Amino acid sequence: MPVLEGKELRIVGFLCNWCSYGGADTAGVGRFNQPTDLRIIKVPCSGRIDPLFIVKALMNGADGVLVSGCHPRDCHYSEGNFYARRRLEIMQKFLPILGYEPGRFEYTWVSASEGQRWQQVVTEFTDQIHKLGPAPKIVGPEASDTLSLMQAALK
Amino acid sequence: MKFQEELKESIRKALPELDVVIGWCGSFDPLHATPHFIYGEEDIEKLEISPLNVHNLATYLPGMRGKKVGVVVKGCDSRSVVELLQEKLISRDDITIFGFPCTGVIDQSKVKKAIGYVGNVQSCDMSDESLVVVVDDKPHSLKLSEVLAEKCKSCRYPDAIISDYFVGDRIAKKDPAEPNYKELEKFEKLAVSERFGYWLKELDRCIRCYACRSACPLCVCRDHCIAESRDPHWLSQENNVRDKLMFQVIHAYHMAGRCTECGECQRACPVDIPILMLKQKMNKEVLDIFNYEAGVNLKDTPPLLSFKMEEENITEKDW
Repeated sequence: MPVLEGKELRIVGFLCNWCSYGGADTAGVGRFNQPTDLRIIKVPCSGRIDPLFIVKALMNGADGVLVSGCHPRDCHYSEGNFYARRRLEIMQKFLPILGYEPGRFEYTWVSASEGQRWQQVVTEFTDQIHKLGPAPKIVGPEASDTLSLMQAALK
Repeated sequence: MKFQEELKESIRKALPELDVVIGWCGSFDPLHATPHFIYGEEDIEKLEISPLNVHNLATYLPGMRGKKVGVVVKGCDSRSVVELLQEKLISRDDITIFGFPCTGVIDQSKVKKAIGYVGNVQSCDMSDESLVVVVDDKPHSLKLSEVLAEKCKSCRYPDAIISDYFVGDRIAKKDPAEPNYKELEKFEKLAVSERFGYWLKELDRCIRCYACRSACPLCVCRDHCIAESRDPHWLSQENNVRDKLMFQVIHAYHMAGRCTECGECQRACPVDIPILMLKQKMNKEVLDIFNYEAGVNLKDTPPLLSFKMEEENITEKDW
């Protein structure tokens, strides 16, 4: 880890069990090179993802959040990703008002056979987060704790 | 108000069939009104309709399921009733709705700001355009337009949109104008770090009393709110600004496609945190993506309770 200290950012990925997790596995089996910033959390379905997971992750120190599920019409549970699409889209549009750049959170669809696509998604998303830099972090009980840090960073 | 007697007459007519009718009456001082539960003739006389009737009485309805309840509603409150009916949280057969044309309510925070000390209000005289408040023998004259709640200035549904009894003359325009999100749009133009800092500064005052939640007509989980759940542990019991902000995000997100912008959350806030803006943002996006407005049409399905195979207004990122 010390080699990567300061070079890596913290990206959280929520992947559905049936497609995207398999897709990430396929990418691994195929030995495709991928950036290592992403930490994956496996969920049963993209419909399982409460969009508040994303806010919670960002507020607790993540610099970016990626959600990936089965392609629409391919959901293992038929319609989970249709509901997910609506929820995630709203959350994505909502985040900027809180002070998170729109690109901090993305959602996409990767099937179990799309190892190549997974590699591309991870690489592009990691690049995107590195361009944005670390997300603002909330520290300490009072707002002033965070604000003074932000001020110091701007100087 | 001129139709007050007419309203009392309709309540008198309907009351024998009902367990209770909820309206408003005078409160601890002449500057405040309070929700009023009408059980019999003597209660009817106390009913008062005035710009002080800020409370959204629809908030009581989900908790009174199974009872025959009458409720007096302003335009904005009636949208909450419609939304509750849409979500089948209350039954149409159990409720009787009394509507009237509302010309706006007073924002107590603005009155307090204009007058300063409001601890000893002796009288409050209201006309169509002004109000005279006497505090400690000193009269203060205020223009009604200056102390009107912000939501009322751009009100699009002044008449109750659903009612069994409607008193007074309807004042709503045939086609409601586009919603007014000017303040929100101004805020959205700020730099991201400024927006982030803004919410931290505002939420710093929060005392986590959850009055916003209690006043919200659509917060129906009550004792099962995830803010108090230990498993999953969404929010800690610690006093920190992160959890305070997180709660507002939870509230806003749970209102997505449901909120009717009655503004009760912000009105109830004892420290005046502008939390309505979060809900307005959510509504703006819902309108944008789904062309949907909550609590307007009984037959509509809220957007997050349905889906389309092909979404016209969602363009996914092309990797």
